[in-house]
Amino acid sequence: MSDNGSVEFGPLSLHVPEPAVRPGGTPDFSNVTFPDAGSVRRPDVDTNPEDMRDLAFSIIRVLNPEGEAVGPWANLLTDDQLVEGLRHMMTLRTFDARMQIAQRQGKTSFYMQHLGEEAVSCAFRKALVQGDMNFPTYRQAGLLIAGGYPMVEMMCQIYSNERDPLKGRQLPIMYSSKEHGFFSISGNLATQYIQGVGWAMASAIKKDSKIAAAWIGDGSTAESDFHAALVFASTYKAPVVLNIVNNQWAISTFQGIARGGSGTFAARGLGFGIPALRVDGNDYLAVFAVAQWATERARRNLGPTLVEYVTYRAGAHSTSDDPSAYRPKMESEAWPLGDPIVRLKNHLIARGAWSEERHTQTEAEILDTVIAAQKEAESFGTLHAGGKPSARDMFEGVYEQMPPHLRRQRQQAGV
Amino acid sequence: MPRKTMIESIRDAMDTMMERDENVVVFGEDVGFFGGVFRCTQGLQAKYGKTRCFDAPINEAGIVGAAIGMASYGLKPCVEIQFADYVYPAYDQIVSEAARLRYRSNGDFTCPMVVRMPVGGGIFGGQTHSQSPEALFTHVSGLKVVVPSNPYDAKGLLIAAIEDPDPVIFLEPKRIYNGPFDGHHDRPVTPWSKHDLGEVPDGHYTVPLGKAIKRREGSQLTILTYGTMVYVAEAAAAEHNIDAEIIDLRTLLPLDLETIIESVSKTGRCVVVHEATLTSGFGAELAALVQEHCFYKLEAPVARVAGWDTPYPHAQEWDYFPGPSRVGRALVETLEGL
Repeated sequence: MSDNGSVEFGPLSLHVPEPAVRPGGTPDFSNVTFPDAGSVRRPDVDTNPEDMRDLAFSIIRVLNPEGEAVGPWANLLTDDQLVEGLRHMMTLRTFDARMQIAQRQGKTSFYMQHLGEEAVSCAFRKALVQGDMNFPTYRQAGLLIAGGYPMVEMMCQIYSNERDPLKGRQLPIMYSSKEHGFFSISGNLATQYIQGVGWAMASAIKKDSKIAAAWIGDGSTAESDFHAALVFASTYKAPVVLNIVNNQWAISTFQGIARGGSGTFAARGLGFGIPALRVDGNDYLAVFAVAQWATERARRNLGPTLVEYVTYRAGAHSTSDDPSAYRPKMESEAWPLGDPIVRLKNHLIARGAWSEERHTQTEAEILDTVIAAQKEAESFGTLHAGGKPSARDMFEGVYEQMPPHLRRQRQQAGV
Repeated sequence: MPRKTMIESIRDAMDTMMERDENVVVFGEDVGFFGGVFRCTQGLQAKYGKTRCFDAPINEAGIVGAAIGMASYGLKPCVEIQFADYVYPAYDQIVSEAARLRYRSNGDFTCPMVVRMPVGGGIFGGQTHSQSPEALFTHVSGLKVVVPSNPYDAKGLLIAAIEDPDPVIFLEPKRIYNGPFDGHHDRPVTPWSKHDLGEVPDGHYTVPLGKAIKRREGSQLTILTYGTMVYVAEAAAAEHNIDAEIIDLRTLLPLDLETIIESVSKTGRCVVVHEATLTSGFGAELAALVQEHCFYKLEAPVARVAGWDTPYPHAQEWDYFPGPSRVGRALVETLEGL
């Protein structure tokens, strides 16, 4: 036997996937299939998972290019609800823009925006009720904005100031609010996915009626915790919605590195017997329709649903990132699913429920509201100026009761 | 009073708490119908139903991650990792998540959870059934780390751990599950049924976390130890006619520093004994604390006896295990000031 292996088939080679285009090239999404709005069926929620595997390979869309809502997933929301949804997304975008500038001004260390992905968290929130719990990543602040969490609190957390509800202990935007169904963001990736499943299992163990929603990005689905979550959710039929936000980019790594040879991220659910859907993540109506379908499955004790939101991270990963180094500058404009705010706005205008004037006026109102919140938050300090959490706070809350060694260290620190 | 093995007393603790508090749930690999590979959960599923005691997939990160979610919901999960040697896939969940949840959310979410796991060698388990990873947990702020050495403490400490509002790593020295082990592997073992510390009261009682106990009063030197090594230290001291004060730490984090300082200040000599590997082991922390707090009372360097810095071997188990002769040699040297 040769120690060089078989000679029968010639040498092997390693496959390393590459995105279609790099900086300097012309953006190209021709390899992605986008079905027409209204063309994907809507099975009953209690359909056998085996009989809806096709949904993992399609994209559920409601809004067509003319701004009309079409097909079996349409017509679930009233005009007022849609206007409210539009305001949520506009608020989130304005909030992001102001905080992005605040970071550049040195008022905080770090920020992560949602540009282009506003529909995902804002529309999903509408399908939840008080008591349900999200296990979010760092790009779902729409869950808080759309859930009525005060912007001033969010900003105080971002500024790590004296009113920071987290006492300056956590990086900016790693919010936590049990009351608003928003589990403490870890900052480590994928860890919260299995925790969301455990939380949902607890609700079922207690025979309660609350459900969980776990969140993950396309890149982080490669983590072992993702698979842990799917096997636990599948085994115990946990009342949880497992959300994958596929925004195409994990910092500089294109989604093909995490997806590998699998056709879609949603398809990962099929081997676990979990119904898996793909949805146009830039279509507010489609996101809500799918969220409502998946949450209803959970509430009816039918078990978990895996949902892949196909969207595009139009901005940088974070304030520490420059996407022009790894993807074509115009790729975001070329993204075939458009902008979620523009699409909902055009739909509302087509319905006769909105106008360019109202939109412009609303933009101005929202900017005023966000600036007012920002002024109030900044009156309590920013990262390097004004009020900040005390050094004493650093030692609190490691345990419910401070053990002797931490008391000694606090004394040594002189605080 | 009834005498029990450590396995029975650990089961008794979970049984007692499951009876008292419907939020206590128990799960892990093989713990449901079968009752665990060491039988610590035997009968719990039959008694409390399969939504309170159940089998988990072989996925330690999943077991601990799910437990964190459950604890944040309001349950009190007491999960089993089949061997401490298998805990590493769950390490991220323990270190980055369970330990920090209270702190990073400013108390908005908490993690009252117990992660039980058998530790230590002496059973010819080789490198995958013998490790003592306590220092990997004592290094993490936000955790509590407990190592019982007998059935009475095991039950009282486990009940205290389940009732604790913070995550507790509960390390069970498997070599003493059925009886104390003095390190003489070639001699018959005394079962717990013939040992006073095998007496385990029925019902609810606690042994507080963070409190050490003197197993033996003595004047010549202090031995700081825990778990299986309590008995090895006892044997070594007796065989060398050394009047040792033996302190069973019971909880490593938070540590009962007062008891340590009081004892070493009295004896002026200190030997630290543990099964885990030496370098960066918990003994290093103990030695540092003793010299910081008792330097001017010390009449000899603080000695450490520990597992060699190798992976835990199979055939060479008794060359590796810090048995009574190695411990005895350190006691003599410390006493003679070598």
